[in-house]
Amino acid sequence: MPPPSPHYSCRGCIVSANFLDRLRAVLLAILLTTAFAVPALAGPFEDAVAKFANDDFSDTDEAIGAVAASGNPLAFPIISALQEGRLSADPDTKKVFVTGSDGKIIDAATGAAVDKLPDSAAAVRLNNRLRRAVEAAVGSLTLLSPDPAKRIAAAQSVFKSHEESALPVIDGALAKETNKAVKAAFTEARAAILLYKADATEVEKLEAVAIVKAKGDQEAMALLTGLGNELPPNVARAVTSAIASIQSNLATWSMVQNAWYGLSLGSVLLLAAIGLAITFGVMGVINMAHGEMVMLGAYTTFVVQEVIRTRYPGLFDYSLLIAVPLAFLVAGAIGVLIERGIIRFLYGRPLETLLATWGLSLVLQQAVRTMFGPTNREVGNPSWMSGAFEVGQITITYNRLWILCFTLAVFVILLAMLRYTALGLEMRAVTQNRRMAASMGIATSRVDALTFGLGSGIAGIAGVALSQIDNVSPNLGQSYIIDSFMVVVFGGVGNLWGTLVGAFTLGIANKFLEPVAGAVLGKIAILVLIILFIQKRPRGLFALKGRAVEA
Amino acid sequence: MLTQLTHDIATVSRRRWLAATAGLVLGLAAFSNAKAQETIKVGVLHSLSGTMAISETTLKDTVLFLIDEQNKKGGVLGKKLEAVVVDPASNWPLFAEKARELITKDKVSVVFGCWTSVSRKSVLPVFKELNSILFYPVQYEGEESERNVFYTGAAPNQQAIPAVDYLMKDEKVKRWVLAGTDYVYPRTTNKILEAYLKSKGVKQEDIMINYTPFGHSDWQTIVADIKKFGSAGKKTAVVSTINGDANVPFYKELGNQGIKATDIPVVAFSVGEEELAGIDTKPLLGHLAAWNYFQSIKDPANEKFIKAWQAYTKNPKRVTNDPMEAHVIGFEMWVKAVEKVKSTDPDKVIDALPGIEAKNLTGGTSKMLPNHHITKPVFIGEIKANGQFDVVWKTPGLVAGDAWSKELEGSKDLIGDWVGKKCGNYNTKTNKCGGQGS
Repeated sequence: MPPPSPHYSCRGCIVSANFLDRLRAVLLAILLTTAFAVPALAGPFEDAVAKFANDDFSDTDEAIGAVAASGNPLAFPIISALQEGRLSADPDTKKVFVTGSDGKIIDAATGAAVDKLPDSAAAVRLNNRLRRAVEAAVGSLTLLSPDPAKRIAAAQSVFKSHEESALPVIDGALAKETNKAVKAAFTEARAAILLYKADATEVEKLEAVAIVKAKGDQEAMALLTGLGNELPPNVARAVTSAIASIQSNLATWSMVQNAWYGLSLGSVLLLAAIGLAITFGVMGVINMAHGEMVMLGAYTTFVVQEVIRTRYPGLFDYSLLIAVPLAFLVAGAIGVLIERGIIRFLYGRPLETLLATWGLSLVLQQAVRTMFGPTNREVGNPSWMSGAFEVGQITITYNRLWILCFTLAVFVILLAMLRYTALGLEMRAVTQNRRMAASMGIATSRVDALTFGLGSGIAGIAGVALSQIDNVSPNLGQSYIIDSFMVVVFGGVGNLWGTLVGAFTLGIANKFLEPVAGAVLGKIAILVLIILFIQKRPRGLFALKGRAVEA
Repeated sequence: MLTQLTHDIATVSRRRWLAATAGLVLGLAAFSNAKAQETIKVGVLHSLSGTMAISETTLKDTVLFLIDEQNKKGGVLGKKLEAVVVDPASNWPLFAEKARELITKDKVSVVFGCWTSVSRKSVLPVFKELNSILFYPVQYEGEESERNVFYTGAAPNQQAIPAVDYLMKDEKVKRWVLAGTDYVYPRTTNKILEAYLKSKGVKQEDIMINYTPFGHSDWQTIVADIKKFGSAGKKTAVVSTINGDANVPFYKELGNQGIKATDIPVVAFSVGEEELAGIDTKPLLGHLAAWNYFQSIKDPANEKFIKAWQAYTKNPKRVTNDPMEAHVIGFEMWVKAVEKVKSTDPDKVIDALPGIEAKNLTGGTSKMLPNHHITKPVFIGEIKANGQFDVVWKTPGLVAGDAWSKELEGSKDLIGDWVGKKCGNYNTKTNKCGGQGS
């Protein structure tokens, strides 16, 4: 703990050294101001705290400002409780309470412990304007937090708010900071403040522009473009050139970003289409109920999560791992049933198959609607699938990244299965030449059922992944069926590699078109391109050659 | 011998079966005859399957609930109400067929139904031709006033414009993203909003308009674009007319890419309690919605309604939403109008409805206007962590619904007036009936 500089010393505070040790942040509150308050005596701090009880946004706003600037040791607990919805107020007695994150309740004005909240107490309400004020207050109150991550977050929030009042603290903190990353964040925050400070010198401002330019992201851009026109001409020129350089940098990154989004969309397309590549591509069954297999997989995930939520809440992060095999079994079993019950009577009659499976898809949808209701079901993201991280100037969300990995894993496993297992060999044999395979003693009807079950099962596990990014509703499958057929036909019927290349090509093309043409036109353009492509190469990207084609 | 026995059983059972059927048929006939004399039929035209089932099923339940409540009070004109429910299956042409069936075959006195504007447009000719009454409970794009339709949802000036005003005044928003699903409601609303924003001095470069297909699920590019658009140093907000299912992945992507309401707030016109039931709302804290009703509004009438509704659906967690309240108001208005003229004759009821008042669930009294729209309060709510809304702003009084937007060149001189002028699109400049529209 750095010793407080003498002229900021806390004269008259009734604060134990122990408490200061624990909550270094409080120190800042004290550093911030030479004014001091004595808890337990009515004063400006108590008046400010009482304003939280008025349930009026502008009063709450004033209270936040007054409390944050009060230097009272309770300021930080109050403001952070407010941010997390743990600050409550009793409108009748005008008393305000802080419920600690450990569940202990104290009176916000005095710090005295309270047994329980009065019945009439309600959480203090915030709106966006106030939330911003709270964030800025927390930022300036946590600049000296012992946790480097918190110090960085605080510096970033100061960067955004560029409040002049934080400058002395930042200067002090910067001198003592040893952590490189934190130091950089502090320097940027300081630059942001100087840029907006009216009486900063031209040299200071030019330095600040250089620092912000080096930061080079969208926030830096926002900061620079937000500067008014009242700048010295030299600084104004520097700002303009910094904006131009950040812009060109961001433009390069946006290409990378489009490519990543394309890969991500491609992986979703591939995942949805991969099962169809088996049932339609390999077996030649026009399976309109494919999307419903995806939906069944998603609902399996929902059921698994419901059971986990009610019985074993600790397992929630593993819910998807549990759901994957179950979804495969559920969808696969239904697939086998469909093949045995309907499709085996319709081999070689594509029109009837199309109608029968389409009817089946409606039946399945309505069945799910009757069982689970027409509304969306909530499937939660496990913690390892929430949030994002940044690479350079692009944001990569974890759920998309995991889906990409998962898709590739499914693809590799499927490929290996077809290549190296006995069942895979039989499947290839039956689909390439049914009569020859039968003559060799392969039970073709059993293989048909298993192949269809495999395709459906894979659609089911696709549903597990898609439940993380889309709605779990009875209509889930419908939105993927067209895209799946598009991918399989484009890639070349009967070729898994074709499906892979097709999916990623379409995904990336779509994402590069979208910023230019918009989502609606982009999609239309893709469809038109596919139609033209199919005219030229009716068998898709990777056409099968040889006798199997005619079979 | 065995054959003989089975034959006997067969004969006997066949005879019995015949007799039983005959009895049943007679009984049914008598029953339905008796019923036809003593009930008033109410048509319910909401999709129970297909894409719109997610939203419309609740409204079907709402009308059944209202009918049940009314029957407990003794029905209308001394007769019980009887619901006739049909399923137009989210299929727009089927809406027209089912509407015709309700009016001609089932002889309903009034129909409560439709959600999407395209379904309403599809049934309009049927209601005009057969002269019946439709109560339409959903917020919509305006630019319409028909003699046979009563619009109990919000017109743009009762939802979109106040929401934009709030963002401009309270959040000091200077840059606007108008994002919507690609169909008539978002397109018209955004046209109105664009004209309104420009009239308030917002420049073209500060408005970004984006449309996406129905059920759009890959929002990465658009959310990144919004982020980029928002980094121009001016406070930015998104006005979302994104409809239906597409909202869930949109909000998920916003949360994942870390766009918080304090940075770029999103105000939505089609996201209510029902839609939020399918998402984890914690990352959405502070995003906004504009409606004329929220479940969280503290009012005795609302609390009573929620209690009764949850008891009726036997689900203590069942949420309520804005279009439900619109049906509550519409239903009460219809009952009052029928009791006023002591008849269910469509012509009499249509003439009686303007001027009828009904309590809404938020402590005010809504009134049916001559243009067949109603007066409503407008609320702005922020999404809370529990999936409910916290009202942060409301209009001082009730706002009268404009059938024709004052912001658009083609419609600003038009009014709907079915009392004095007997016209849905009366041009106040030329003093003639029949401007733009039908």
